[in-house]
Amino acid sequence: MTTAVPRFDGPADVRRGLRQVEYLADEGIAGVVFLAERLAKPVLVEGPAGTGKTQLAKSVAELTGARLIRLQCYEGLDESKALYEWNYRKQLLRIQAQRLGEDSGATWSDIEEDIFSEPFLLTRPLLEAIRADDPVVLLIDEVDRVEVETEALLLEILSDYQVSIPELGTVAAKQIPLVFLTSNNTRELSEALKRRCLFLHIDYPDLDREKEIVQVRVPGIADDLADQIVRIVRSIRALDLKKAPSVSETLDWARTLLLLGTRHVDTETATGTLHVLLKYQSDIEKAAKDLATSASR
Amino acid sequence: MEGGDFLLEELPRGSSAGLLGTVAGFVTELRNAGIPVSLTENLDAVEALRHIPLADRGAVKYAMAATMVKNDAHWKAFETVFDVYFAYRGAEYRLGESPEDQEGEELVRALLGTGPGDGGGMEALSAEQLAELLYRALREGDRALLAAVARAAVLRYAGMEPGRPVGGTYYLYRTLRQLDLDTVLGRLLDQSAPDFPGSDLDDRLLREEYESRLDMLRREVEAEIRRRLVADRGADAVAKSVRKPLPDDIDFMHASREELVALRKAIAPLTRKLAVRLARKRRHGRRGALDFRRTVHHSLSFGGVPADPKFKQPRPSKPAIMVVADISGSVAAFARFTLQLVYSLNSQFSRVRSFAFIDGIDEVTDYFKGTEDIGEAIRRVNSEADVIWVDGHSDYGHALETFWERWGRQVDSRTTVLLLGDARNNYHASQSWVLAEVAGRARHMYWLNPEPRSYWDTGDSILGQYAVHCDGTYECRNLKQLERFVEQLG
Repeated sequence: MTTAVPRFDGPADVRRGLRQVEYLADEGIAGVVFLAERLAKPVLVEGPAGTGKTQLAKSVAELTGARLIRLQCYEGLDESKALYEWNYRKQLLRIQAQRLGEDSGATWSDIEEDIFSEPFLLTRPLLEAIRADDPVVLLIDEVDRVEVETEALLLEILSDYQVSIPELGTVAAKQIPLVFLTSNNTRELSEALKRRCLFLHIDYPDLDREKEIVQVRVPGIADDLADQIVRIVRSIRALDLKKAPSVSETLDWARTLLLLGTRHVDTETATGTLHVLLKYQSDIEKAAKDLATSASR
Repeated sequence: MEGGDFLLEELPRGSSAGLLGTVAGFVTELRNAGIPVSLTENLDAVEALRHIPLADRGAVKYAMAATMVKNDAHWKAFETVFDVYFAYRGAEYRLGESPEDQEGEELVRALLGTGPGDGGGMEALSAEQLAELLYRALREGDRALLAAVARAAVLRYAGMEPGRPVGGTYYLYRTLRQLDLDTVLGRLLDQSAPDFPGSDLDDRLLREEYESRLDMLRREVEAEIRRRLVADRGADAVAKSVRKPLPDDIDFMHASREELVALRKAIAPLTRKLAVRLARKRRHGRRGALDFRRTVHHSLSFGGVPADPKFKQPRPSKPAIMVVADISGSVAAFARFTLQLVYSLNSQFSRVRSFAFIDGIDEVTDYFKGTEDIGEAIRRVNSEADVIWVDGHSDYGHALETFWERWGRQVDSRTTVLLLGDARNNYHASQSWVLAEVAGRARHMYWLNPEPRSYWDTGDSILGQYAVHCDGTYECRNLKQLERFVEQLG
């Protein structure tokens, strides 16, 4: 196992780099990414949906020129989908091929050794990330969806960067990958998992950063309009909604307004395009009502 | 670690250890505040600090948070502890790290007419001048100036004296009252109106912008007061006084307005988690009883040997819930959160009906029907439901009696009845026979009480008379206890 040469000089360096790949990180995000690389620890990213958790992993991969390996978690995920699986069909073929050429003189133990060797191994994302020769970023997406028991699968990888396969022995990482785990916080993750990770909570960005994000991601948008958009979004987020507008929805809205040729958002335009920002009918009604009553305040 | 690192320079008073000692002390304080920090996390933090410039306060903060705080709900508590423990100490506080902040500092220094921090020359700046500066800072959204004004205002108005055993909120209140922020806001809005002849929406956005700047000012004032308190009394003493309960531990009955907001925020993710957990519990429940027919059927392929026993798919019936809640002033917040929790978990129960009472009782199920907005429904319950019979003081006896007369027959063997309240009956008759009758019909009956167990059956609380008929009585003072109860209900 070789420790990779430090790729970043400091948090500021990470921040600059991420900006180049159009990800505007704040001080906290850049700091944690930097530490993750220095301490060789995985990062657990938590926060509301649509604030750029998955995008962070992608952008870091792009920045470091690493390959992104992604494991999408779901309920019922198991070893054979996450770690590795023996290629059962190929093993059968191998045994049959042996029978055909009966007199080759190979004993059963030879065959056994043969069919439980690397050519018969199907690597799944986690093992693939460990065995990669090139630099990789491993993204374990929505880790809160797997059962608590399945979480244990991840522990060996996250703390020691190795996978134990009973028939083969322990496969240790050739180089330490950067690991990101994302969680939407639908359940409490186990202490064991949390302990092994650095924790990063990504919340809705503040006004200035969101405006910058809009300007970077929606080229051609006027400064005034961007400013107004993020202010209205902040205003809507302050309401008690089922699902507050995320950054990606702010971007969608900005694109919509740009396409409509809006220069200045008034109450009517805002109310008319609320469905881009909000996804529940009750939320839309509530926000529309609130925007309308601002007139009478 | 050479000099100039703020961690070493700014060690809490009385601490002579180096970096390790500082971190250890900090961890102790975090644990005191209720944040669990394990030994490995402590070591990680120390390791992380080796990689970042210690002079960079922001970086140190994020490094410590990333390694030791693994739950977003703990962030606020962490921030408070961090600010106190690593407060800028001594007479000379920096206002900020960036050079442009210097300007603000010099400005105020000039206006104060003295060296920084000694508080001797406040007279140099009159109250009008300070108000004018505040107005300018708010209008222009000038952070540095705002911080400077906050500092000057605390010096001038808070009247802090060394060794006075008063909490920070007292000083905060004094300072803010003198600044008269409402008037300032009004003036800001009046002044800016001619420049922005925009729509109502623009007005609203402008107002919100100013409000957020005012918030910024409040935070600056608070931070300044904290710094001064730390300089006066030492970090440990202050940390104790500013320690706030985590959202999970906030007491329903004594929550401040700010804490209620925190509670409301905490309840949404909680219900999501609970719903997922209850649904999983239902699906992954134990196997059902032996399915004799299918077992025999399958045994035919083994020559009549039942080698492969089959089991019935269990379909645990979802409980029907009846919530009977006291919504009088003292326990209103508790009733509100419990109702919210139960209705958010609607899909986990076959039917939810709710009744609210003070001294009269009314069914309020309809308010929750056809609306997805539970907060709104609860507001309607409080304003529209017919829950007052005589004087609007809790009368459990009359409420329960009426409940039995009007809806008693609808309680059946699938119904779980939840009674919410402190059972403080204002010395009316208890009518506890009603509960005996209800318990006889219902599947389960539980009583949830937001008061500490040691207060039960003291004064006019007559829980004991009701409790004998219930399947269980639970102390539900905070979200943590409420969550535990609801989970076993599903």
